[in-house]
Amino acid sequence: MAGISVVLPSVLQPLAGGQPLLTAPADSAVTVEGVLDLVTGDYPALSRRLRDETGAVRRYVNIYVNGNEIRRLQGLATEVSPGQEVLIIQSVAGG
Amino acid sequence: MATAESYVLAIGTKKGLWLATSPDRKDWSVTGPHFLMSEVPSVGIDTRDGRTRILVGVRSEHWGPTVFHSDDLGETWNEPEQGAIRFPEGTEAALERVWQIHPDAESRPGVVWAGCEPISVWKSTDGGEHFELNRGLWDHPHRGEWGAGYGGAAAHSIVIDPSGEKVHVAMSTGGVYRSLDGGSSWEPRNKGISAYFMPDPNPEFGQCVHKIAADAAVDGRLYAQNHHGVYRSDDDADNWESIAEGLPADFGFVMLTHPRRAGTAWVIPLKADGERIPPEGKLAVHRTDDAGASWKRLDDGLPGAEYNSVLRDAACVDSAEPAGVYFGTRGGSVYASADEGEHFAEVASHLPDVLCVRAASVSQAFIPASGLPGAAVNA
Repeated sequence: MAGISVVLPSVLQPLAGGQPLLTAPADSAVTVEGVLDLVTGDYPALSRRLRDETGAVRRYVNIYVNGNEIRRLQGLATEVSPGQEVLIIQSVAGG
Repeated sequence: MATAESYVLAIGTKKGLWLATSPDRKDWSVTGPHFLMSEVPSVGIDTRDGRTRILVGVRSEHWGPTVFHSDDLGETWNEPEQGAIRFPEGTEAALERVWQIHPDAESRPGVVWAGCEPISVWKSTDGGEHFELNRGLWDHPHRGEWGAGYGGAAAHSIVIDPSGEKVHVAMSTGGVYRSLDGGSSWEPRNKGISAYFMPDPNPEFGQCVHKIAADAAVDGRLYAQNHHGVYRSDDDADNWESIAEGLPADFGFVMLTHPRRAGTAWVIPLKADGERIPPEGKLAVHRTDDAGASWKRLDDGLPGAEYNSVLRDAACVDSAEPAGVYFGTRGGSVYASADEGEHFAEVASHLPDVLCVRAASVSQAFIPASGLPGAAVNA
């Protein structure tokens, strides 16, 4: 099974046991929502950093699939294929 | 290392938490920051159950809000994995910010209340590790008409009667609500508080109440700092009357009461609306010892000029004798008085803008935190 990689920013890695990269098992296309559910299932504190309790991605969390931010695609319904990478980066914000 | 008879002062700011300790409330040692670059709008210090637990509402612009707690005075921090405060499924709401963490009475150890944004009240029975949404207030038919103050839509004041049955909350801009059944049902209680900014200046609810506090020694007596207006109620908030005469301004955010003595309360006036600074740029605390009939200006030890305001939770009292008074400004200065406001001394300066302060006497040894932003966090 090829799986789908999720790359975490360094600030979130302590919430995933220190891992910089999590892998979602998948042998066919999965939505970004499904990928996040799979890789954060064992890390609920990490999950809460990315999405609020309604399931929405937090405003200043950016998620990229093939270099494209999912808000410009189909949001959490954006499909990811095995072998592809999901990249999480916090946006430049604040003062 | 501080030992018994020590005092701890928690300072929540726009960019992290600082902790100060003192053996005498005069000489302070400040450590921090904890949670650097996250705002800390609420802190509760719970000294019941034979331990000191510091509960902290933390909010990252990127990663959202959460609640941490420490049982070793900031050496390590713990966060319940699922989150201490989470809106239940079906509410279609998400926690924005924890505005208030309020340990209940000595007689009810383990019970902690929280006031949050969006406007909601929560209750924990396990020392603040898990909170349950108060459905009576959340499902109140008025909720859709409550507004948002400039800082957000939140329940920012929670006052619990010793019996536990009578609870008052205040929100901006919804006003004061009271429950007589421990929080199951709620009724607005704003008669006499002006909402001059509304078409009807005397509505049933919708007042912009900034803070309420209870008189510890007179049953049924409450004080309120409103958006223009300082009030007292002697009948559990059924009726309010102005006690602003004698103050340099009736605006401000702070309302503090003495932990034991009847009729003693503190406010920190701001001129507002057009000038949200201390009147004439001169910072002063004002105290009444006769339930608002007269006020005494207290500014010994405070700077001659100060143009920053003091937010509603950026002031507190401790329970010592005489009571200590503490406050911080949006300019990052924190002041402490060990004699009920007669004399102040600066505890810290040049911090980020101060959002909240809480002080308590502690009996356990204090081990200074590392002072680094990476102070151990067990998530």
